[in-house]
Amino acid sequence: MCVRVCQTKAREIAGRQVKVSDVMEEVEKDNIFYDESGGGATFSGGEPFMQPIFLQNLLEACKERRIRTAVETCGFVNPETLMASCPHVDLYLYDLKVIDNETHRRFTGVSNEIILKNLRQLSRSHDEVIVRFPVIPGVNDDDENVLRLGEFVSSLGSVKEIDVLPYHELGVEKYKRLGMINRMPEVELPSSLRVSGIVEKLEGFGLLVKVGG
Amino acid sequence: MDTKPKISSERAELMTEFYEHSSESSAPIRRALAFKHLMENQTIYIGDEELIVGERGPAPKATPTYPELCCHSLKDLQILNDRKKISFVVDDQTRKFYQDRIIPFWRGRTIRDILFSEMSEEWKAAYEAGIYTEFMEQRAPGHTVLDDKIYRKGFLDFKADIENAKQKLDYHNDPDAYRKQKELEAMSICCDAIIRFAERHAEKAREMAQHETNPQRREELERIADVCSYVPAHSPRDFCEALQAYWFVHLGVITELNTWDSFCPGHLDQHLFPFYKHGLEDGTLTRDKAKELLECFWVKFNNQPAPPKVGVTAEESATYTDFANINVGGLRPDGSDGVNELSYLILDVIDEMRLVQPSSNIQLSKKSPDRFLKRGCEIIRKGWGQPSIFNTDLIVDELVRQGKAVEDARSGGISGCVETGCFGKEAYILTGYLNLPKILEIALHKGVDPRTGKKIGSTTGDPAEFKSFDEVFEAFTKQLKHFVDIKVKGSNIIERLFATQMPAPFLSTLIDDCIKNGRDYNDGGPRYNTTYIMPVGIGTLTDSLAAVKDHVFDEKHLSMEQMLKTLDDNFEGHEVIRQMLWNRTPKYGNDDDYPDALLRASFDSLYRVISGRKNTKGGFYAVNYLSTTCHIYFGSVVGATPDGRRAHEPLSEGVSPVQGADTHGPTAVIKSVAKMDQVRAGGTLLNQKFSPSLLEGELGIDNLAHLVRSYFKLDGHHVQMNVVTAETLRAAQANPEKYRDLIVRVAGYSDYFCDLGKTLQDEIIARTEHKSF
Repeated sequence: MCVRVCQTKAREIAGRQVKVSDVMEEVEKDNIFYDESGGGATFSGGEPFMQPIFLQNLLEACKERRIRTAVETCGFVNPETLMASCPHVDLYLYDLKVIDNETHRRFTGVSNEIILKNLRQLSRSHDEVIVRFPVIPGVNDDDENVLRLGEFVSSLGSVKEIDVLPYHELGVEKYKRLGMINRMPEVELPSSLRVSGIVEKLEGFGLLVKVGG
Repeated sequence: MDTKPKISSERAELMTEFYEHSSESSAPIRRALAFKHLMENQTIYIGDEELIVGERGPAPKATPTYPELCCHSLKDLQILNDRKKISFVVDDQTRKFYQDRIIPFWRGRTIRDILFSEMSEEWKAAYEAGIYTEFMEQRAPGHTVLDDKIYRKGFLDFKADIENAKQKLDYHNDPDAYRKQKELEAMSICCDAIIRFAERHAEKAREMAQHETNPQRREELERIADVCSYVPAHSPRDFCEALQAYWFVHLGVITELNTWDSFCPGHLDQHLFPFYKHGLEDGTLTRDKAKELLECFWVKFNNQPAPPKVGVTAEESATYTDFANINVGGLRPDGSDGVNELSYLILDVIDEMRLVQPSSNIQLSKKSPDRFLKRGCEIIRKGWGQPSIFNTDLIVDELVRQGKAVEDARSGGISGCVETGCFGKEAYILTGYLNLPKILEIALHKGVDPRTGKKIGSTTGDPAEFKSFDEVFEAFTKQLKHFVDIKVKGSNIIERLFATQMPAPFLSTLIDDCIKNGRDYNDGGPRYNTTYIMPVGIGTLTDSLAAVKDHVFDEKHLSMEQMLKTLDDNFEGHEVIRQMLWNRTPKYGNDDDYPDALLRASFDSLYRVISGRKNTKGGFYAVNYLSTTCHIYFGSVVGATPDGRRAHEPLSEGVSPVQGADTHGPTAVIKSVAKMDQVRAGGTLLNQKFSPSLLEGELGIDNLAHLVRSYFKLDGHHVQMNVVTAETLRAAQANPEKYRDLIVRVAGYSDYFCDLGKTLQDEIIARTEHKSF
């Protein structure tokens, strides 16, 4: 009610119902820019595979129109769903946080078995997968995790690049706006020294490492 | 470089002296003899380390005045001296000359005086109301650029051409033969005058050389003497002579008259390239030496501030720059890519010199290599405002659509801000800015200017009785035509004024086909004669029309009466309505067809009402969208507008969306702006703001290059990138409403700065500070 009535647009509703055609209309507005730059549509979230049918329809609609597609995923997805998306996705941006299962469970509440298995399978059938490593201080930035992660990714063979994403505090503002409780304690942001140390270790595995994405 | 500009009365004194003693009855000959008087008598200055010589006044930044066009009063001189911005030092001696001789002689005689006395009451009413401005009230028509002729011919050759043209005059069948004879004679006098001017520099250099103890400097002075004895009488033989030849020509043009946009060498990289190549081949020139000479050349432009304006003209063009705008790249007349090694060298010079004058731009064609564009982007990223980028292919289309030959179109380009013309062959005169939101205001107030209560518009009905939005738009279009009719009638008289009383015989020798036609530059001599009117505030107009259509007619949130009352009250007591109008109107710049359709309709109306009208020189009127600083002045005379803008605040500039109205990113802005059929205009000006971090690294350059190419694929004419500083970001923190459209790079993506929390904003400011210059 407030949103509809307020003239200063002080509040807005995050999220609304849309059809595939609505989304495609918006996507197609920038066709000329995709043509020129080789860019396209990136599907993200949350977790885009939580709406698997909607996502699949969108991906197919894009490919029908020769628009390049990218999907960001945390990998905690039904394997069939993931593999079914392959023919319609040009690039996967695949999050990898923690290799040790116990630690993973402690921080995310779930096991990482399916995440690692999916990545293995994906990398065997798809040649454009970039792994993204969000560096969260006190959670996954220890040497052991970094080395195990590097080892795991390089063992896949077809994944050539890792994007290291140092933790930032953008989310703080988002939680406030959504009126949600942010359970992340205040941590010191990873220093550039720390980040370059991580980059070096990962490069040691013969991978291309970028910071930020 | 840090010298403060000052007024020099030397030219005014010499001009006054000449007019006091001259009884010459032919206007062109009189002007030619006046020019000769200046060239033979004004102070010659050669600076200590200069390699290229010549000043417009007695010293660098000593700015001459043009009393025959516009005579400053003592009060004007005081204002010029005292004002905080764009001031000029006026010393006592200057003041005395003005008081004793210059003002008494010129009072009532200046073109400005005559112009205002010839304009109708309705012209003056509209002018005073701020409906339009008049470019010719203080300066002379100029708005042109040189082609390659001075690199192939000297003034002795031009004299021969003039003689030929005289021989061909047909006194039996051409009633104009005698008039042409006079014009040609005048041109010939001017050729001799400029040669003499150069020779005087040679004499001075030789004299200085005799007293010079430093052997290196003595050699340089002797070389300068040689160059100045040879050019511009003869066509230049090498790189240095080419630059010096152009510079003398430039000085000649801007000394003869105070031409708008001074003058410009145009496609410098194409014209100088043969000299550059030869010099490298025979060992007389090195890349470093060429660079040094170019840098000297740049300093010459920098030392010529635009002669001071006063009153309205100062407000509409509040700057020292005289708008010489060097075009780099583009196409050759045969259609091939014009980018060469010198293009890159010139970009290096632009990058290093970082001067406000001359202005510079990249002419980008689909044939231009990406490397060239990207080098330009690197310089743009540094954030000091140059170069801007132009779409050569569209420019050629614009000119060809206007009826010009394709080779002439290709060797054309832009000058001033964004005005399109054929270099060396066209007079494309700007006559004034047109206040679009003001015209809408008049339409909404039954033809009355609410600021003064005067009826200056035509009768187009009472908006309170309009049944549909179409009636509003029709009223606007009728008022537009009413004011354009008045403006064009006035301009056509002003054209005759300059043609008959203030010709420019020196400039005429430089622009085709004046010699061939025996006609002056100001009298239809050039091959092409175009007249431009520049609408201002199309963004504000579009959003205002959208607000009326949406809230009054479609959604019926308020009646027209309520809307008008709200505006007349300047929103006082109606803040909720103002917020609604500002926040809940579909706005131009967001790739939304609702307001963008109104943009197109406005553009089409302007095209229909203005384009194609005849001027008095055998040419036509066309539309050009730039505002310089006029959107500030124009805003000050317009009350509150339906888009939520408060009274007297600035209007939108160029063709950019209203400041803060675009909230969907630069790609959406580009899509919106491209909905205007830009080939039917003679230039559009688009400003975009970026933070430095958005353009970081090779990826940043790539993204910028892609954005530009995409806009040009959509037939965009021009884009100017403004890279913001930390200071701007702080201002945005304090006034988010004004910086709604500011985008910054946050992490792996970009966001609207005003959407970010304060901590993050602070962090980005710190980041920007670290990275800005």
